[in-house]
Amino acid sequence: MGERTVELEVLRYNPETDQEPRFQRYSVTCREEWVVLDALNHVKETIDPTLSYRWSCHMAVCGSCGMMVNGEPKLACKAFIRNYEGVIRVEPLAHFPVERDLVTVVDDFMAKLKRVKPYLIPKQEKPVSEGEYRQTPAELKRFKQYTMCINCMLCYAACPEYGLIPKFIGPAAISLAHRYNQDSRDGGRAERQEEIASTEGVWECSFTGACSEVCPEHVDPAAALQQVKIRSTLDWYTEHLMPWLEK
Amino acid sequence: MSRNPYVREEGLRWIFRHPRYLRYMTREFSCLFIGGWTLMMVWGLKQLAEGPAAWTAFLEFLKSPASVVFHVVALAFAAYHSYTWFNLTPQALPLQIGEEFVPGAAIAGAHFAVWAVLSIAILHFAGAF
Repeated sequence: MGERTVELEVLRYNPETDQEPRFQRYSVTCREEWVVLDALNHVKETIDPTLSYRWSCHMAVCGSCGMMVNGEPKLACKAFIRNYEGVIRVEPLAHFPVERDLVTVVDDFMAKLKRVKPYLIPKQEKPVSEGEYRQTPAELKRFKQYTMCINCMLCYAACPEYGLIPKFIGPAAISLAHRYNQDSRDGGRAERQEEIASTEGVWECSFTGACSEVCPEHVDPAAALQQVKIRSTLDWYTEHLMPWLEK
Repeated sequence: MSRNPYVREEGLRWIFRHPRYLRYMTREFSCLFIGGWTLMMVWGLKQLAEGPAAWTAFLEFLKSPASVVFHVVALAFAAYHSYTWFNLTPQALPLQIGEEFVPGAAIAGAHFAVWAVLSIAILHFAGAF
């Protein structure tokens, strides 16, 4: 396995002493199979223990290590050094306030996630003794891709609408609402519509499609948002033109 | 420990962060030309209602070099607008038959086919051939 010395340019921000962030360069001897996260770990262990960033699983499952690598939202554990030439610039995820170095403030996303009720709201509660809520493979496939979301927030960093209009509920949260709306066992769509069919919901989306392009789990949030728009439009027509069809 | 989060202002730099944002802005920008062309048609209808002299003047205006250039540019933007939107239809209108989803190419392809048929029909009725 070959080694290569890579220049990492990392955004640093110390909330206790800095007025604004600055870039700091580190020379790191990287192995062929290293990802950006390996390089950051090497910096922290051998060069600069003050460098702060989030990570946990190192296998694209936990969604903690989202950051901008050369201006593109990436999971640091999935961004192979060998795919980059020259200086690699590492910054915290765009559109989120910087807590410290590469650590962002994610409170906004967590609050939005809670608002869209991303959990099963059964049509009819039944006692455990009556057995499971059953589902066919076709019904499962209808929403399965959306269950792959790991809440890494790369889609928020890619979304220009979220950057410009922070009140936008955004790709991941709306996709998760859609995931449950599409679930044959669920009866909570009307409750979720109040959040996701509002101005702050899908109607802030202008279908840039960047969310789907950057998703490390190949979820298609842009598709979810357009489908919610269509359903919401049909709801409106039903309500105003054919009210007798409303259940 | 006190918190003092820093908010980074991005301004309009995002447009140049990746080619996808330029493509997106081109698609959005194309609506200005389509809107402009539509306004021109409304103006043409008004000229038609005002009588033969006004209508002839409008037709002469359409033949002017500026108008021809505008039409060529507007047509290019309209084609780009339609092409990009039709390519997005599989995401907005997924079709599940049984367990499987219909391939996206078939959904976009159906839109392109209808687009072609309607365009040919309109050109035919307009006397182009």
